[in-house]
Amino acid sequence: MHESNLILEQKHNDHAHMEKKELLTEIEMRAIDHEISMVPYKKAAVIEALKIVQKQRRWISDESIDAIANYLEMSAAEVDSVATFYNLIFRKPVGKHVILLCDSISCYVMGYGKIYEALQKQLNIQFGQTTKDNLFTLLPNVCLGCCDHAPAMMIDEDLYEDVKEEQLDRILELYK
Amino acid sequence: MTIHIDNKTYTVKAGKNLLEACLAQGLDLPYFCWHPAMGSVGACRQCAVKVYKDETDTKGRLVMSCMEKVTDGLYLSIDDKIAKAFREQVIEWLMTNHPHDCPVCDEGGACHLQDMTVMTGHDYRRYKYKKRTYTNQYLGPLINHEMNRCIQCYRCVRYYRDYAGGGDLNVFAAHNHIYFGREKDGVLQSPFSGNLSEVCPTGVFTDKTLKEHYTRKWDLTMAPSVCHHCSVGCNTIAAERYGELRCVLNRYNGDVNGYFLCDRGRFGYEFVNSENRIKQALIRNRTNEAAKEDEVMAHLQQFISTGKLIGVGSPRASMESNFALMQLVGKENFYQGVSEDEAYVNRLVVEMLSSGCVHSASLKDIEQADAVVVIGEDIWNTAPMLALAVRQAVVKTAAAEASKSVQAPVWLDSAIKEFAQDEKGFLATLTITTSPLDDLATHSWHAAPDELARLAFAIAAYLQPGKIDNTDINEELLSRAKTIADVLKKAKNPVVVTGTSCYNDNVIKSAFDIAVALNTSERKTAFSCVMRDCNSMGLAMMEAPSFNVANEAVKKNGHAAAVILENDLYRNVTFGVANDFFNACDHIVVLDSLHNTTTQKAHVLLPAATFADGDGTLVNNEGRAQRFFQVIPNAGSQVQESWRWLRKMQSLKSHAVNNHAAFPDELLHELETALPQFKGVTEVSPQHDFTIHGERIPREPHRYSGRTAMLANKNVSEPKPFSDEDSPLSFTMEGYRGVPPPMMTPFFWSPGWNSVQSVNKYQDEPGGALRGDDSGVQLFKDKQADNGLFFNDVPGSFVIAKDRWLLLPKYDTLGSGELSSYSLALQALSPDPFICVSPGGLHVLGVQEGDPLQITDAGIVYDVLPVKVDKDLCDGVVLISAGLRGSIGMNWGSRVKLEIRN
Amino acid sequence: MEQPLTKNIITGNTLSLKDYEQAGGYAALRKVLKDNSPQQVQQIVKDSGLKGRGGAGFSTGIKWSFVPMDENARHPKYLICNADEMEPGTFKDRLLLEGNPHQLLEGMILAAYAIKADISYVFLRWAYRKAAEIMEKSISDAYAAGYVGKNVLGSGWNLEMYLHTGVGRYICGEETALLNALEGKRATPRAKPPFPQVSGLYGKPTIVNNVETLSCLPHIINNGADWFRSLSVSEDSGTKLYGVSGKVKRPGVWELPLGTTMREIIEEYAGGMTNGYSLKGVLPGGASTDFLTEQHLDIKMDYTSVAAAGSRLGTGTIVVMDDKTCPVGFVHNLQHFFAQESCGWCTPCREGLPWVERILSGLEKGNGSPEDMELLQMHTQYLGPGNTYCALAPGAMEPLQSALKYFREDFVRHIEEYKCPYEG
Ligand SMILES: Cc1cc2nc3c(=O)[nH]c(=O)nc-3n(C[C@H](O)[C@H](O)[C@H](O)COP(=O)(O)O)c2cc1C
Ligand code: SF4
Ligand code: FES
Repeated sequence: MHESNLILEQKHNDHAHMEKKELLTEIEMRAIDHEISMVPYKKAAVIEALKIVQKQRRWISDESIDAIANYLEMSAAEVDSVATFYNLIFRKPVGKHVILLCDSISCYVMGYGKIYEALQKQLNIQFGQTTKDNLFTLLPNVCLGCCDHAPAMMIDEDLYEDVKEEQLDRILELYK
Repeated sequence: MTIHIDNKTYTVKAGKNLLEACLAQGLDLPYFCWHPAMGSVGACRQCAVKVYKDETDTKGRLVMSCMEKVTDGLYLSIDDKIAKAFREQVIEWLMTNHPHDCPVCDEGGACHLQDMTVMTGHDYRRYKYKKRTYTNQYLGPLINHEMNRCIQCYRCVRYYRDYAGGGDLNVFAAHNHIYFGREKDGVLQSPFSGNLSEVCPTGVFTDKTLKEHYTRKWDLTMAPSVCHHCSVGCNTIAAERYGELRCVLNRYNGDVNGYFLCDRGRFGYEFVNSENRIKQALIRNRTNEAAKEDEVMAHLQQFISTGKLIGVGSPRASMESNFALMQLVGKENFYQGVSEDEAYVNRLVVEMLSSGCVHSASLKDIEQADAVVVIGEDIWNTAPMLALAVRQAVVKTAAAEASKSVQAPVWLDSAIKEFAQDEKGFLATLTITTSPLDDLATHSWHAAPDELARLAFAIAAYLQPGKIDNTDINEELLSRAKTIADVLKKAKNPVVVTGTSCYNDNVIKSAFDIAVALNTSERKTAFSCVMRDCNSMGLAMMEAPSFNVANEAVKKNGHAAAVILENDLYRNVTFGVANDFFNACDHIVVLDSLHNTTTQKAHVLLPAATFADGDGTLVNNEGRAQRFFQVIPNAGSQVQESWRWLRKMQSLKSHAVNNHAAFPDELLHELETALPQFKGVTEVSPQHDFTIHGERIPREPHRYSGRTAMLANKNVSEPKPFSDEDSPLSFTMEGYRGVPPPMMTPFFWSPGWNSVQSVNKYQDEPGGALRGDDSGVQLFKDKQADNGLFFNDVPGSFVIAKDRWLLLPKYDTLGSGELSSYSLALQALSPDPFICVSPGGLHVLGVQEGDPLQITDAGIVYDVLPVKVDKDLCDGVVLISAGLRGSIGMNWGSRVKLEIRN
Repeated sequence: MEQPLTKNIITGNTLSLKDYEQAGGYAALRKVLKDNSPQQVQQIVKDSGLKGRGGAGFSTGIKWSFVPMDENARHPKYLICNADEMEPGTFKDRLLLEGNPHQLLEGMILAAYAIKADISYVFLRWAYRKAAEIMEKSISDAYAAGYVGKNVLGSGWNLEMYLHTGVGRYICGEETALLNALEGKRATPRAKPPFPQVSGLYGKPTIVNNVETLSCLPHIINNGADWFRSLSVSEDSGTKLYGVSGKVKRPGVWELPLGTTMREIIEEYAGGMTNGYSLKGVLPGGASTDFLTEQHLDIKMDYTSVAAAGSRLGTGTIVVMDDKTCPVGFVHNLQHFFAQESCGWCTPCREGLPWVERILSGLEKGNGSPEDMELLQMHTQYLGPGNTYCALAPGAMEPLQSALKYFREDFVRHIEEYKCPYEG
């Protein structure tokens, strides 16, 4: 109850808070403008805008949502509704590198479980977590489309196929 | 069309879906995501039935009834075993995560999910895992959020975003993590948020104000009522327990508000329970001011029986009360309690609508319009539900087009929206400044009232050449006019909306001209003029002189006794005028429900009933007379309807034949006789002694509990129920249990249908008229003959004067409203008053936003208010917050001075 | 044996525009622009018997014929290549995207021409980074060469082409959800009817075709409908990319005549089972197809024959389940996937799949009960086609219902032994 009263009192300040939106950078705006030019309605560029901003900032903060909303003349809720639907738009901070480990059927049969165990041990994190040094975030991902080379994983934009536990050290080293 | 449902043959309307068809036949079929006002999306899968190829098909096919169109000769089964089992299964799925918190849930007992669960027969839980849980959000003072109860039917977001155009509520995440709410905690921004509590089939979104004094639906005493917070007159259900008004709910009326209300209407009710209520008659200037009724009467006797009485009526008092006052003081001494300027434009509106040249638009007419022009009125803030209807017009026109192109029925909501994309019907908003409605508009233009009128006359001139002299209008305006006129010409059923809040007759006249010019036998055009108060129209129709005339009369004749009916004159006229008046009166009798500046002037103050503790009739801006019924029994209290007080006062008159306390319907009879323009008004309700099969209509549901005990703290023996002589409704749970006449429906409730969804059982068909037709009596009749009412009054261009600003009111959807401003919940959302000028104006004044400004009008110095800049406002105009709590009357529409106050 | 789609693909290499042209690329486009009306192209494709390779197997020519072609048809019309390939066990489109991008682009341009489209999109899944680069370059090369853009090859017809990469979610592959994703919305599927051919992207007439489907088109145009029919060894025309993954000696993907038997694919092309493993079951066409077992090895892998055996050809990529993999665990993995990827729109899928997943998880851990079997069965019945809003949940039920049929014993043992018999 106290909490809600507090918020009530802040109502008038709410607006002021909204005004001081984190702005998009020049690069982001230019890239978004390009996307807008290719769609019939501004808001149709929202997924592209999220991608652009995420590329620059690694994840999408509430402020980024506001900034995109502002730019595309949408409400923040509209933007967030889209952002939270897609699993590769990160609404929470992620580490410097994102490891996407395929947990789908062929990789399951070919033993992705062992790779997961090994990663857990090496990085001391589980799915959905980020290492203490903020270097890696580990996420499960659906089939990466290389089932003939299972198990597979992606780190950032690099694909690793036929992954073996003993290679992990070497692979991770590349990102440190 | 004929269809076969479970081997019985039914005649159904073509174009409907199977679910609607079944419900229209009174059959029970569960559903969630479908809503009659929002159509079908096929998300919940609750409405499954079997359809068969033909008579011989025994296997059939499971379909979602809300998604299939009726076809002639169709065979379908609701009772089919598989269909039934599937529906039960859908409930079981929904229940896997739904908390078993009905006992502490506000929806309990009026819950669509409970009803459907019982209807499908699901009763045994096989899911043995943990339920998912969510964090709830703070959504402001009006709506409570409890996400764990969500069954993901998507109705909230479809209502809030798609239907009402709200931007700050949406659906988030995916799969079984779906979340409905805001992006962050915070006050819901839409002034139509309250409907979430009725749209949500369970207890996710509930009325937060009800929580403060919660009562189950079955324990509420309910009565049909009419919203008193603007001139639209939405139909409501007022609900009481323990002498307090507990909540206001939507009362379906297909012609007026349909399924919804605005937040001012839903949450403005709290003034009834306000500490500021007048509960006690007072005789001022004596040691003990509180007076018993006979004492008051004896006191009043002195001057009522002999002296000259002046009656000041009220745009927010009922017809009955205004008329009773007119009878008491005599027609020649009865005045409208509004300024001359307001009375003047109001009279004009009455003249226009009573001419019958154009149809007076209901909200339904507006919703179904294929082109809308709004001229001069900020309807978003002065008539919110009318603005919502305009939104539907715009959306529905696009939907109708889409429906034709893809041959999909209009109710196939998402398909139609996907096709229509951002297409919209035609809306032109020609107003003083911007409002959220502009987002929907094809054409927006903001200018001073005279300029708006010049544009509107130019449009009318294009539509009907030769009748308007508009030679001095510039090219820009003409080309704008032509663009709009060209679209309007193509429309089949356009609506022209205007309003009185510019206090500018030219605006209204020009709007009317457009409507008249458009109105042809192929193009049925409707006209709507928003007025200030809930009974502004009714009062104006009485054709009494304005308050200014009353003031003159008092000053001239002196020694008057004034009877002031439910009217805070300090809000309606400038305080100088009000002071003059009171100073000139010898005796001042005030009847009102809330203390205000005027009641402080009273020598005798009488406690008047509100809509909740009294009966009466209002006439909305459309000319629709509608009856509201008392819901709080005021046994033992002095509170009574003003008309009752006035009738009692009349019997004090020396020549009075012992007047009995009249029934409201008798008053209306007398009104009809005295003032023929009110012909038909008596039909707003059956007579007070009306019964059905000898039974009266109970205000209390059959499960009403505690009546033998609820007053035990006062008296251990059960008191006799309060008896209501004024209407066919009784203050009991006994009586007629069937469907009453629509205007007499105290609540919607039907076996197996405890929630608001039970309204289906009261309608001809889902979303159609209430059985026995919608309530209300249209007092203005369309006339075939063109009686030639047309105006040729093109005003000169608006002249910006450096030190004389045109003063106009700035209303606020939630904050404005004399009575509703006493609702605590709305107060929390009401803006602080401000002065608003254009960027150029700011420059001319040499001030900055936030600086204190002072208004001076003809020597009177008004409040100091902070200045805001409105980039859409034109130069030369100043807007001042109006209608807020504590607002005072001003010479709206006049020129004032602005000065910075250091 | 002809392998029109893959004959020019060398593993690891991308056929450049020049190489593609040298191999006869874009001849089909030149040909139709000169000789054929859009309607004629439609007719040729109809005659060829080409069926969609995206999983549903609907006749491509017939699908196109629902696009309004008259003067009053609304524009822009859209042609969309569905390159969202996210069905677990499916990895065939990637080969075509990376190996021979211009074959796909030419196919898209032909399809676009056949419906008189104005704008075309490649809807590519995010994870295909290499394919994204390749497509980006190929599209711009195609623009430069005048195959797309204003006035395609001087024909007076304009076609714009864009690459859109997704941001995850399997449901984006469902063609109507894909449209919502392209519009920048949540990718929930749409109601059908109206079909995308009439009201698709931005409400305009739209065709969505799979990568492999589109890649067939240049060859059909070049060689004729009869030739295409003659490629197969079954009723269905053409070749098909078949893939095998799981514990086989040489997992991979091969272009073979439609109707090649499953045995041939698994034993000859994939080299048979890895030593020490035997075949227990297969998903013949991706995660959302019914299991088949050893007894079905000799069926022809074409639409009709696989359906007759009680499953679906789907994407034609076979997932092999070996005898050392627990069927309950296997199905649990699939259901986990489907439950996660449900869009959350309709009740049965949103609430039913997680339930199924939990039951299977319980069974695997040895916490199952006979009642669980009934509940699983119930779900396979009630999450069937028509009961849900789109085909995701019915697809999810296919492997489950067939697992309950073929591997029931394994389920029962989990319950009776209070543990997974495949563990330890
Ligand atoms: C859940 C779901 C996912 C799908 N994913 C894909 C996909 O990734 N790629 C694809 O081509 N088709 C996919 N489809 C099938 C498409 O809906 C559609 O049928 C296909 O793209 C049509 O192309 P075609 O006619 O060339 O096969 C999916 C269908 C469903 C129900
Ligand atoms: S079956 Fe329903 S919830 Fe599942 S993906 Fe399709 S529409 Fe979404
Ligand atoms: S009411 Fe028909 S599917 Fe929801």
